[in-house]
Parts: sequence; C-alpha cells; structure tokens
Amino acid sequence: MKRLLATAIPEISFYGAVALFVVLTTFPFYWMLITSLKSNPDLYNVTNIPFWFNEAPTLEHYQYLFEQTLFARWLLNSLVIGLCVVAITLVAALPAGYSLARLTGRNGEALGIGIFLTYLVPPTLLFLPLSRIVANLGLQNSMWSLVLVYPTFTIPFCTWLLMGFFKAMPVEIEEAAIVDGCSLFGAFVRMVIPLSLPAILTVVIFTFTLTLQEFVYALTFISSSAQKPITLGVATDLVRGDIFFWGEIMAGALIASIPVAIAYNLFLDRFISGITGGAVK
Amino acid sequence: MAVIAEPVAAKPVSRFRFILDRREVLGAILVAPAILYVLLLVGAPFLLAVYYSVSAYTIYDPSWHFVGLSNFKQIVQNPVFIDTLENTFLFTFASQLLGLVLGKFGAFLLLRPFPGRKIVRALVILPWAVPIALASVAWEWMFDSLYSVINWTLIALGIIDRSQAPNWLGNPHLAMLCVIVVNAWRFFPFAIVVFLAGITSVPQDIIDAATVDGAGFWRRNYQIIMPMILPIVAIGLIFGIVFTFTDLSVVYLLTNGGPVNATTVLGFQGFQVGIVSGDVSHGAAISLFMLPVLFVLVIGMLRFIRRREI
Repeated sequence: MKRLLATAIPEISFYGAVALFVVLTTFPFYWMLITSLKSNPDLYNVTNIPFWFNEAPTLEHYQYLFEQTLFARWLLNSLVIGLCVVAITLVAALPAGYSLARLTGRNGEALGIGIFLTYLVPPTLLFLPLSRIVANLGLQNSMWSLVLVYPTFTIPFCTWLLMGFFKAMPVEIEEAAIVDGCSLFGAFVRMVIPLSLPAILTVVIFTFTLTLQEFVYALTFISSSAQKPITLGVATDLVRGDIFFWGEIMAGALIASIPVAIAYNLFLDRFISGITGGAVK
Repeated sequence: MAVIAEPVAAKPVSRFRFILDRREVLGAILVAPAILYVLLLVGAPFLLAVYYSVSAYTIYDPSWHFVGLSNFKQIVQNPVFIDTLENTFLFTFASQLLGLVLGKFGAFLLLRPFPGRKIVRALVILPWAVPIALASVAWEWMFDSLYSVINWTLIALGIIDRSQAPNWLGNPHLAMLCVIVVNAWRFFPFAIVVFLAGITSVPQDIIDAATVDGAGFWRRNYQIIMPMILPIVAIGLIFGIVFTFTDLSVVYLLTNGGPVNATTVLGFQGFQVGIVSGDVSHGAAISLFMLPVLFVLVIGMLRFIRRREI
C-alpha cells in the first residue's frame, strides 16, 4: 500500500500540473466557444452557472455575425491581404535567401543578420511615419496599405528562414546542374526552387499567420469598417456605442483563431528554429 | 573577314549571360529587391520618425519647421509621461519574469514523454499562436465588471462576497495586474517551446557523462543544461522583451490606458498622441524613447546569435 502510494502521488501531481497548464492556456478559448453558443438571457444572468448551458445552446450569434455584420467581408479582406503579402514576400525573400546563403559569401552572413535584426524594429516606432507615407500614396483607410506595409516584417523573417534552409541544402545538386550546362541563375530556378517546396510552404503559412496576427498597423491605418482585416474588425467593430455584443464578438474571435492555431501547430518547429537564429536543427 | 564578324550578332545575349554567371553580380541582383523593400519601408520611415521628433509637424499643420529638442523637453516635463515610462518597464519585466517562470516549469513538465503529450503541447501553444488582439478581447470579457467568470468562481467558492467583487479593469492596480497577466499568458507558451527546443538539442551523451560523474538533478540542470541552452533562451527572451516593451494591443484593448493613465505604455502613448490626437511630432518623440532599450537588446541579440553552440 505504501509503495503504491509512493508511485501514485508523484504521478498524480505530475498529471495534475499538466492539467493545470492546459486549463490555463485553453480556458479563454473554451470561454469564447461557450459564450458564442449561449443565448443572451443565459449570458447576461449573474445567477446562472457560467461554465455550462442553462438554456438550450443557440447558433443565433453566428447567424447574426454573418448576416448583420461585415464579418464575411473582413474574412475576405484578410484572405486578399494574406495572399498578396505572401506573393510579395516570396518574390523578394526567395532570391534574397538563396543569394545570402550561397552567392554573397562573407558579406552575406552580415547582411543576413542585418535583415534579421530589422524584424526587431517594432511597429510602434514606425507607424507614425508610415501612416503619413500611406496617406501621401492615397492609401489611407484602404486595406492595400497593409499589403504594402506587412512585407516589412514578413520579408526579413522569411529571408532568414529560407537562408537557413538553403545553407542546409547540399551544394552538389547545383554544381551538378551547372556542370550539365545550367547557368547559375538556371540552377537556382530549375533545381533549387523545386527542391525547396517544403520551405516555401512554411514561408507561405507563416507569412499568412503573421498577417492575421498583426494588429498595430491595421489599427493605425484603417478606420472604415469595410476595409478592416478580420482581427481588427472583430476586436474593434462589434461594439455598438457602449454595448458589447459578447456572443458575436466571441464567435468571431473563435472563427478567426482556429485556422491560425492549426497552421501554427503544424509548422511550430520550423518557426522556433527560425526565430532562435537557426540554432536548433 | 565577314565570316569571322558574323557571330557578333549573338553577343549581347552571351554578355548578359556572362554577367548573370558571375556570383557576386547575380547575388547582388537577387538580394536587391528584399534590401530595397526594407530600406524604403523600414529605413526611410525610421529616419522620418527621427525628423518628426525634432519638428513641429502635426496632421493639421504639416510644416517641417525645425524645433530642436523642445518636443523631448516638453514630454519629459509631463508627469503622465513619467508614469508611462514606469508602467512600460513594470509591464515588460513583470510579464516576462512571470512568463519565464511558467515557461521553465511547463517545459520541465513537457520534457517527459507521456501519452497525449503532442495534444497537450498543441493546446499549450494556443495563447502564443492565436492573434493576441482576439485573445485580449476574450480576456476583457472574462474581466467584465459585472459578468466576470473569475468573480463568479470566487463568489461561488465563498472566497469573496458579491458586494466586494473586484472590478478588475476599473481599479488602477488590478488593471496593471491584468495586462501583465494577459501578456505573460501570451508569452509563456513561447518560452516553453524555446526551452524545450534548447533542452532537446543538448546531446544526451553529455548529460549521461555528467550523471556518471555524479552530477545530481539540480547540478545537471543548472550547471550543464542551462549554460548550454543560454544563447537560445537569451534570443527568445530578447524577442519577448522587444515585443512586450513596444506593444500596444493588449493595453489598447483591455484598459485603453486607463483607469486614469494607470496602464499607459510607450507604444500606446505614442499612438494616442501621434494618431488619435494627430500631434505627429510629439508622438514620434514618445516612440523614440524606446530606442535606447531596443539598441541594448539588439547588441545583446548580435552577441548571442554569434555565440550559439548547439
């Protein structure tokens, strides 16, 4: 009995601690879910037990979100912004990453670190001048301003990520292509790019999630509801006067969170190795 | 003669190819778009911000009149700004410290294989993955003055009475606590993953050798593993500090700087002055107060990024 207890107590406390962590991290999302499915009388009654349904669950908040608000428009905006930023990022970061890994030699290393460090320049330092630049280009209050500005942090990050990937790739493949008559540029286009599809996919996913997570630039540049991306729209536009529509807000937050959460989990290890400077293989 | 001269027609193409085949030329061409983008939309705006801070530029009066350091002087003399500075440091260091402690403990739990570890890791990473603006809105609802689930639980457990239920975001001290907790909640999963990545990359034979030599659990942890993973942890921590120190979304959404400036931070104040009030020059000057700290962090980053061993 004593031996059983001696093994059981550490086990129980271990799983208890794990459970505590999971509750700590997931409770706000559980709270989004349950709030979004509760009817308003249930939601705004302080005597009800808040953790579960006291009245039948309802989809009315989701219905309201799609029919009475610009939520669908925000989803579309975010999709368009994300796709455009992905395209710009790939066009700039793919050749840059390759060049810094293979072609520029010693200067490449320094230049690469320089580009990586610009990822540390915060939006709150640049948003004032950028908002004037955006206004002068006639893009204020338009989602295209975000398409212009978001690559300022996606290009540095993805260049760095791709640089690490290209460095790890065996150089013999390109050498063989060049011996077979390919030009240097031809070797990059015909051999390197097809072989780096996994890295390109990572870049696409991360660029997309970074654009979804961004809040500061969107808040600064865009005030008209129809131009907002999803994160900004849900966080700032579902409040009428002083009244918060909590059911709708939580429903919108949940819908916008799910794709990001899934994408992140799939590519987490690559992201971490990128952000820690390629220190972890 | 004419026969010899003929191949010249094909020469422009070959010269173009010849240039593209020179490594340094092709390298420069390929890297140029990225560098150009960053110079135009990070470098130039940065210089512009510096210029705004020493001018009298507002959106109502876009004059480029040079005023020297008087903007900075006015800002420093404002008592609200001193509070802002204190709040920023408190917010940054308290939330990073809490995040690191939780992160280390979480990594320690997730290091051991157990059934369902992958799912647990996926769930634990959520606060870092999900856009912070959306999570902040959920927290705002959880801290609601009337329908707070936290208060409901405390009342149900008999810890507090309904009449003395705290107004989380309405009380200056509690509001600061809330933004710190939400930010720590957002960053500790990142700390867990960084610790995990570091610890799993320490070669097992080094740990085994230390065990054979008689090193116990604490010694292995703090004299072998910690020094080895220090560069990775430092890089992660620098990211955490930069993103917290310059953040405005948590404060903007949870407390809007209130109550009575109790939670204003530099990024938020720069936004309020520069964008909301349209006083671009003072806003830019406030934002530039971040520079010394950022500068130190960048230097640290450079040192650690070169020093990483594993």
